Amino acid sequence: MPKKTAQVITAVIFVALLAVTFIASRNNRGTTAGSAAYTVEKEAALKKYGFYLEPVNEETGIHFRHICPDVDPKVSNIKMQIASLGASAAVCDFDNDGWNDIYFTNSQTGSMNALYRNLGNGKFEDVAAKVGVADVNIKSTGVSMGAVWGDYDNDGFKDLLLYKWGKAELFKNNGGKEFERVTEESGLPGWANINSAIWFDVNNDGLLDIFLGGYFKEIFHLDSLNTTKIMPESFKYANNGGRNFLLKNIGNGRFKDVTEQYGLTTTKWTLAAAAADFNGDNFPELYVANDYSVDEFYVNKNGEAFEETGSQAGIGRIPKSGMNASFGDINNDGNPGIYTTNITEKGILIQGNNYWQPKNGDMQAPSFVNLAQLSGIENAGWSYGAQFGDLNNDGFMDLYVANGFISARENTSYWYDYSKVTGGNSNIIGDAKNWPDMEGKSQSGYEQDKIWLNNSDAIFEDVSGRVCPPATYDGRSVAMADLWNRGVLDIIVANQNNIPVIYKNTAANNNHWVAFDLQGTASNADAVGAKVQVEWDDKKQVQIVTGGMGFSSQNQHRLHFGLGESNKIDQVTIYWPSGRIDKIQSPAIDKLHIVKESQQ
Amino acid sequence: MQQQERELQGSVTSQWIKKNFQYIPPAFITLILLVGQLTFGILDSYVNLVVAIATSILAEMILARFVLGTTKNLASAYITGISVGILIRSNVIWPYFVTALLSIMSKYVLRYKGRHLWNPSNFGVSWMLALSTMSVAGLSTQWGSNFAALSVIWILGLIIVNRAKRLHVTVTYVTSFIILAYVRCLITGDAFLAELSPLTGPMYQLFIFFMITDPPTSVSTKKGRIIVVILVAIVEFILRLNHSIYAPFYALCLVGPIAKFIDLKMTAPKEQPHSVGVLATK
Repeated sequence: MPKKTAQVITAVIFVALLAVTFIASRNNRGTTAGSAAYTVEKEAALKKYGFYLEPVNEETGIHFRHICPDVDPKVSNIKMQIASLGASAAVCDFDNDGWNDIYFTNSQTGSMNALYRNLGNGKFEDVAAKVGVADVNIKSTGVSMGAVWGDYDNDGFKDLLLYKWGKAELFKNNGGKEFERVTEESGLPGWANINSAIWFDVNNDGLLDIFLGGYFKEIFHLDSLNTTKIMPESFKYANNGGRNFLLKNIGNGRFKDVTEQYGLTTTKWTLAAAAADFNGDNFPELYVANDYSVDEFYVNKNGEAFEETGSQAGIGRIPKSGMNASFGDINNDGNPGIYTTNITEKGILIQGNNYWQPKNGDMQAPSFVNLAQLSGIENAGWSYGAQFGDLNNDGFMDLYVANGFISARENTSYWYDYSKVTGGNSNIIGDAKNWPDMEGKSQSGYEQDKIWLNNSDAIFEDVSGRVCPPATYDGRSVAMADLWNRGVLDIIVANQNNIPVIYKNTAANNNHWVAFDLQGTASNADAVGAKVQVEWDDKKQVQIVTGGMGFSSQNQHRLHFGLGESNKIDQVTIYWPSGRIDKIQSPAIDKLHIVKESQQ
Repeated sequence: MQQQERELQGSVTSQWIKKNFQYIPPAFITLILLVGQLTFGILDSYVNLVVAIATSILAEMILARFVLGTTKNLASAYITGISVGILIRSNVIWPYFVTALLSIMSKYVLRYKGRHLWNPSNFGVSWMLALSTMSVAGLSTQWGSNFAALSVIWILGLIIVNRAKRLHVTVTYVTSFIILAYVRCLITGDAFLAELSPLTGPMYQLFIFFMITDPPTSVSTKKGRIIVVILVAIVEFILRLNHSIYAPFYALCLVGPIAKFIDLKMTAPKEQPHSVGVLATK
């Protein structure tokens, strides 16, 4: 080929590459969480997607507003960075009246938490003060970061574990009438900066144990510091976070710290945890999502110890900003995967969220493959909480992801300032005084929450803002629950430093559903750890009873399955933590089944 | 006798290094990568790196053969590929391919008097980052806090740029950056360490040891190189005041080619055969 011809061809290809990349970059600018222009028409959404989410705060009488925690003036330059946590929502039928109630945490000293009792008529009443779980944010014990419900004494009423930047608290539920603070005698740890907690039965002895995930080091009282060296030592490899706690329930309302014995001794910056059995031995594995580092996967060794296998399992190789851990069987293969959230800011930080699908193979050493990109649920924004749930009852689990870090002054960005210190040495990033003053700037603010519709077999469509009005608060905690007992999943989103949003789900389709509320007998009373497998119409979906999952959140206790237009279930199999297996043939559809563990 | 033997050995070693110096920079950048990967696992995927390197090398082989009618030492293309593999961050593979391809092609398209004007990886990386897409970001975080590893990289880097007679470029740039960081902190009110902070990250190690010292895209005189690198630092300073995260890449991308163009216009003969510099092109 003559040189001249080669030169012309090369130049043409070069220019074409520049043009194509330029045009492509302009075309995908609208897909980010913060910049999409959404149009919402309820009727169109109902017709196209079969459901619509309507904010109903006013109608329900839920007027709660989260206030962020106070921080020491020494770190006021980045107050909004540090005080960016604490909004949470946990669903529970605390009085066993058959209606789901909601507990919201608040985070400023002196602010009140709220327990909204579902009155069953579409209205909610804040009874937190009346039952004794409102005035909990006080200087001496710290401020709330989240809460999870669990029946630790197996009396049939779910108790409340409140975790704080401070001393975690335990409230015993006395018959759904009132709560008794039993923190002092429970053996819960002293001051720690906890940002995640779950109930799970680590050794299947029928008593719920507690995992607490530490964020900032426990030596710090963030509202009264004597140093500014409180920040992570690295943006990706930090090991100077708070310690975690594994508290074993030894009965009589007492818990024993067995963290070291079980090998949970890392000090990464933990923001989320979730537990489920992934290797078929009935003992729950523990997934720990860490900010500024890799996530961890702990294999349960017969209820006696944990072994961290994150790297071998595939989930602990690439450090990101882990902020969520929730389970969902997105392709109806009977193997729920784990969804973890991270940060995506176009052109600056493309971490992407993960969906860890279990691989078939060595059951003793579970391993995973990340399907988030293939499924189209990878890039959301600065994501926190996420939950799976079948929002249109078509038989496939959809996904809601809360987005947005700090929404302060509009059209401002702290990202450049942030990149300066996060790119530096540990002595620089680790000291808050080196961080540039935020001066009211936003960072990944005003981002639209993501709603992904599972169109079948784990192929998701982004319907954000098309099935509900735009939601650009700084979302943190997401919980799903059937708040009106109508057979559809409603959504509660707790937003940082703002009001929560209660979405009432209107379904307009011919789809059916079924729900199961499990009660353990040999297993813990909440049946935490139980798996329910529903088989219908050549489909097989598994859901797991958890004692909290996502980010600072807890879904309703009952498990909700959409069935599509099928009007018959072939079989339901319940795998209890005790090892017992119950089968139900062709249970009635469009109905909540309360199932008690059989006495085998 | 022993002294003569030592001198002889020293001379042989010196000649060997001189003869094979073109392989030192690729070895050094590989060392940086290995240190980062073995201590912190900096690579999200080996596939991305392999794609970037393979694309660079193949593009170099093909374009050198057909556009210039010659064969080229592939050390330069290797450095381009590895730089792209480290500096670009993406969850998909195509940006590694496209960036590497654009980088190498820029050497064969954007030319004046037979010389390319842009440092190849600087052009490719700057273009992809400037597009600000959902698919591409830059390396903007540190590789941990291992001072030993950092020290090894800095010491070796300085030895190599000294050997390549480009120490004045690196020293001038670093000095300028520090001075201008102080000026920035006076203007912005931010801590001096915050302004200095980027210099301690891996992005700058690649920038100061490989990009700004690139002989083929440097001007011909020592004085000129010092002036150019100060100008790069000043443009970066202005970009930073305007909150540009990838300011050093953009600054070099803007200043470097203009300086090279002027230099070639003033000094170079009309057409020169294509050459590869001592430190190779990235």
